[in-house]
Amino acid sequence: MFTALIFYMFAAIAVASGVMVISSRNPVHSVLWLILAFFNAAGLFLLLGAEFLAMVLVVVYVGAVAVLFLFVVMMLDINMVEMKEGFLQYLPTGALIGVVLLVELLAMFGGWAFAPDVEAMVKAPTPTLEQASNTVALGKLIYTNYVYLFQASGLVLLVAMIGTILLTHRKRTGVRKQVIADQVGRSRDSVELKKVQSGRGI
Amino acid sequence: MEAWLLEYLPILIFLGIAIVISAICVGASWIVARQKPDTEKATAYECGFDAFGDARSKFEVRFYLVAILFIIFDLEVAFLFPWAVTLGKIGMFGFWSMMVFLGVLTIGFIYEWRKGALEWE
Repeated sequence: MFTALIFYMFAAIAVASGVMVISSRNPVHSVLWLILAFFNAAGLFLLLGAEFLAMVLVVVYVGAVAVLFLFVVMMLDINMVEMKEGFLQYLPTGALIGVVLLVELLAMFGGWAFAPDVEAMVKAPTPTLEQASNTVALGKLIYTNYVYLFQASGLVLLVAMIGTILLTHRKRTGVRKQVIADQVGRSRDSVELKKVQSGRGI
Repeated sequence: MEAWLLEYLPILIFLGIAIVISAICVGASWIVARQKPDTEKATAYECGFDAFGDARSKFEVRFYLVAILFIIFDLEVAFLFPWAVTLGKIGMFGFWSMMVFLGVLTIGFIYEWRKGALEWE
């Protein structure tokens, strides 16, 4: 009962903030609503028993992706009036994507409804929380059974890293930088001790 | 309610307290304080002169570079958690698969270090 109440609270706030993401005028406000939606999605994951996923959602999406979105939004120098103009123009595309996602969800849940015993046939069934915690269950699978996918994700991260550097990094000329090696490696000769007589300069 | 879910109840209670306190802070000043806005009070204060323009301006792209490099290493750390928990069970293969993963990312790290992407200038 209490769990159901919390579920409806999280779900309602998630949907409401999702609506606010696309309807608020200020893009920065949109991103802040998106962060609220991420938090509520994390709460929903927690109610499902996916503790690790919930925590990673908070760490990665709220902590990093949302910050990135904020940067992008701030960098783009968006004119809010111009943004609003094309709203109806993109409506068919958005609706199409929404329908495709809905059909995919229906296909998945429909599959469960038609063949309830299919859950027992999965290769690596999720252990209940009494047997193993979420993190342990994931750790047993990722690094051994799904090692190729794991390494592929590492390569994707590498490509992302190199790609960003190639796209955004450029050498500036004429910038005076601090070269620590030069500072440390300075010889003693560059400093000269001089006796200064009182009342006179050097 | 399941026992493991009860462990998260304090977080929910804290969340509730935080929402209530912040609502009181904003709401009380809204109700108690006198509200007499005029144009001079409502506009942004910029040391006495009128605002030149919008606060929204283009940011340097290097901020973005730092943010995305942060995300990549954030994800790397996220992969380390289940590995550290199950290190005793997945054996040498699991250990070395993580070492290869870290090695691949270290190549990227060396690349960005040598390129000077971490320096601010």
